[in-house]
Amino acid sequence: MIQLNDLFNQPVKVINVGIPSFADDLKKQGVPVIHVEWRPPAGGNKKIAALLERIEHSQEVFHTSKG
Amino acid sequence: MVNNVNIELANKEAIKLIQAAQPIIKGVGVARDVVPGMRENMILHAGPPITWDRMSGPMRGAVIGGIIYQGLAKDQASAEKLAASRDIVFAPWHEHSGVGPMAGVATANMPVWIIENKTHGNRTYCTLNEGLGKVLRFGAFSPEVIDRLRWMQDILGPVIAAALELRGEINLKSLIAQALQMGDEVHNRNRAGTSLFFREIAPAIVDTKFRDADKKKVLEFITSNDHFFLNLSMPAAKAMLQAAEWIKGSTIVTTMSRNGTDFGIRVAGLQERWFTGPAQMVKGLLFPGYSDADCNPDLGDSAITETAGLGAFSMAAAPAIVRFVGGSASQAYEITNRMYEITEAESESFQIPALDFRGSPTGINLLKVCERDILPQINTGIAHCRAGIGQVGAGLVNPPFACFEAALEAFAETYAPVFQ
Repeated sequence: MIQLNDLFNQPVKVINVGIPSFADDLKKQGVPVIHVEWRPPAGGNKKIAALLERIEHSQEVFHTSKG
Repeated sequence: MVNNVNIELANKEAIKLIQAAQPIIKGVGVARDVVPGMRENMILHAGPPITWDRMSGPMRGAVIGGIIYQGLAKDQASAEKLAASRDIVFAPWHEHSGVGPMAGVATANMPVWIIENKTHGNRTYCTLNEGLGKVLRFGAFSPEVIDRLRWMQDILGPVIAAALELRGEINLKSLIAQALQMGDEVHNRNRAGTSLFFREIAPAIVDTKFRDADKKKVLEFITSNDHFFLNLSMPAAKAMLQAAEWIKGSTIVTTMSRNGTDFGIRVAGLQERWFTGPAQMVKGLLFPGYSDADCNPDLGDSAITETAGLGAFSMAAAPAIVRFVGGSASQAYEITNRMYEITEAESESFQIPALDFRGSPTGINLLKVCERDILPQINTGIAHCRAGIGQVGAGLVNPPFACFEAALEAFAETYAPVFQ
């Protein structure tokens, strides 16, 4: 198992998830970085997420009732 | 039972109808005779319903011009008085099977394109494009604007109508597909589309029995205006989307439009209901001498092109457009790629060469917009905020999220009710 100190003694390779500016900052410092586009469902908006869940649930009920 | 609907199947049906639609140019008629529900005292406008007191500067300017052109008032003061009275009926073009660019004002005497979806038989309508500079659609109403509208009524409309009778119908879907291969996205870049249309119609115009001077002026008018094709791509897009109205349970967006004050959307499964939010400011390139303070909020029915997967949704097909609306060519590719995330299908007809001929992103899905928190992208002209000045630039804009939130709420109430 790699010790924490060993990790920081190696070249850093980064996978950045979400906010692109974090990846941009690392790129400017010459750090290899892969950026993954990700945002929370419904942009983190609880009301929208609840409405989407309600619609999804009604579809599950519909499909179940149809067998 | 209220929620007895399969959303996935409903959307597949809506997409199938949109893909199968075949818009053609059927002819040119007079709005009074051909637009459903058109009346002498009616003014059709872009966007969702709006009253005179809430209209923006360019919309008011276009209404004043429309009233003067129609002969309902002689000058600005009496036109304003009439517009504020109950004697004028305002109605959205979209509620009369049509679309109008920018202010989109149309009155009973105006010549209009008659577009027919040959597959399903539905018809849509749009006025003929006036060109650039001082024009009614940007709120100008000076004598030169009214004179041009009268020439369009007396000469341009009848000449093209006669040419189409000689030439026969023109397949618009094919012209749009070709225009995309030639660097247009048929919203803010219509150079190829206009040229292709010109090739189709010019010989027939020459064969009409009008005076040579009139025919020459008509040919010059078409070929000197790169946006002439916009008033054909818009009703073509409307004809395709109208085919999906109003598929029960479908979450496909069939309308996005703006009246300069409000942005409105309509969704296939929610029928004629409008869901609105404030029209946003457009970010882009302004003509010399203008600043942000001169700009009106987002305006026009032309976002029907984006709703059909054209316009900004197909910007990767038209990288040169960034010289007009701002941004970079790589941004144009990014925009198109992002729009695939909120759409249900790829067009079987409209292909984007730079993306290995991938079909354009088609069928905005309300659920995907809300779940992925990605708003549709629109490119558009910018009108001056005061009546009578005209276009001040072009740029990029999004709808307000409020439209989609309200539509999602209505969809849940309709199809996923909570029983107490």
